[in-house]
Amino acid sequence: MRICCPLCGARDRREYSYRGAALPLPDLAADVEVWHAHVHLRQNPAGPLEELWQHEMGCGAWLKVTRNTATHEILAVTLAEEACA
Amino acid sequence: MGFSERFSGWRILKEGLTGNKGWTAHWRDPEPKRDYDVVIVGGGGHGLATAYYLAKEHGLRNIAVLEKGYLGGGNVGRNTTIVRANYYLPGNSEFYSHSLKLWEGLEQDLNYNAMMSQRGMLNLFHNDGQRDAAVRRANSILNQGDDAEILSRVQLRKLVPFLNYDNARFPIMGALLQRRAGTARHDAVAWGFARGADQYGVDLIQNCEVTGIDVEGGKVVGVQTARGPIRARKVALAAAGRSSQVAAMAGLTLPIESHVLQAFVSEGIKPVIDHVITFAEGHLYISQSDKGGLVFGSYLDFYSSYAARGNLPMQEHTMEAIAAMVPAVTRARLLRSWGGIMDMTPDGSPIIDHTPVEGLYLNAGWCYGGFKATPASGDCFAHLIATDRPHPAAARFRLDRFRSGQGLMDEEGTGAQHNLH
Repeated sequence: MRICCPLCGARDRREYSYRGAALPLPDLAADVEVWHAHVHLRQNPAGPLEELWQHEMGCGAWLKVTRNTATHEILAVTLAEEACA
Repeated sequence: MGFSERFSGWRILKEGLTGNKGWTAHWRDPEPKRDYDVVIVGGGGHGLATAYYLAKEHGLRNIAVLEKGYLGGGNVGRNTTIVRANYYLPGNSEFYSHSLKLWEGLEQDLNYNAMMSQRGMLNLFHNDGQRDAAVRRANSILNQGDDAEILSRVQLRKLVPFLNYDNARFPIMGALLQRRAGTARHDAVAWGFARGADQYGVDLIQNCEVTGIDVEGGKVVGVQTARGPIRARKVALAAAGRSSQVAAMAGLTLPIESHVLQAFVSEGIKPVIDHVITFAEGHLYISQSDKGGLVFGSYLDFYSSYAARGNLPMQEHTMEAIAAMVPAVTRARLLRSWGGIMDMTPDGSPIIDHTPVEGLYLNAGWCYGGFKATPASGDCFAHLIATDRPHPAAARFRLDRFRSGQGLMDEEGTGAQHNLH
């Protein structure tokens, strides 16, 4: 599995660390149920999933990667800071 | 079960002398009925064991196990077959202790050869901190009433002389030995439970994918399947690897991420590894099957996956760990590798509990520990389904522990967060 970092180009999976599903951060004052869902509950789809990877052994950028969990195919990569802007 | 269906040495002799004409199928292949007391979703080890104990311990007979593929075709046939009871935390400790006791009587109970082999498991440690942790764990295991011994480097070397004791980075300083741990033939465990359940009248229905869970007024009333609708008073989910999809049919979102865990088998070689050996370095575990193949694995690939195959970096890591720890076997060629899909929970421990839907029960989140749990998982899940009260050995496997933060069982002490187990 190779991920194409927008800054560095296509690199081996070994250069990246995985954070999990890319979920919008709840409001800090949100109800405990909202935070419970954010921290623990997952849709966990067998198919395309938006997730966060860090190019840890490369440029250090956080990436929002759309990847098919059933095939490992990488469908899209953007910088997380752009995706959240 | 009549005498003629029981397996025994006498029967093998008799069949051998009469042309082996008396053997019959191990279980029926029934058409699904319209209505059951209990429908179990998932015909893997845990689902089949649940059906068996529901019938045997609780006297229920009107039970169906629905399997989308074939019996035992999922993770129960895709693991490294290790059986042990060496957990540390309350919750896991009593549960796996209960499971090992069931394992020890399983073959007699099922009248089925599961090739249970209590060959002993060695957890090696490589530094003072790991030794302290091993001693602490051993004391916890002893408190639970199970067996644990700490072996010094000298004692260990007598037992397994072929390890690389003087690895510069990870010297081997000793091991935690559990003699009652070992391996079992994974497929035979599924087949034994299937045959046992069938003999109590449980309908084992294959090629029957569940496509919907029918809920009326907050109460489960049945399931939709590839072979038509089936009504049920209780529906029990035991579909680890696909738990999120199955639970979603009832409107539930689970605290589970699916990950791929790879396993490997070498070509068959002469007997060399008598025990199950695990290395704290790189989380490697290795044993040798009765056919001679080395069976081993290490970490998850560490990304969400439903592809039953992994990537090369973790394969490389695993081979490096073997080369570092057991250089004697590095010339054995790798025969095959595969990936199993693990229900990973935030704290790395499982769930056996009610759900918010009345009559819907959940058995999920086995992380990478489902095989050794098989008998106790079935026993405890059956107890919950039949009595609506948790079995004492599984009372801490609650679904709401993540919400409340109480009773988390984070065996590795890394934090109850998805990407840390």
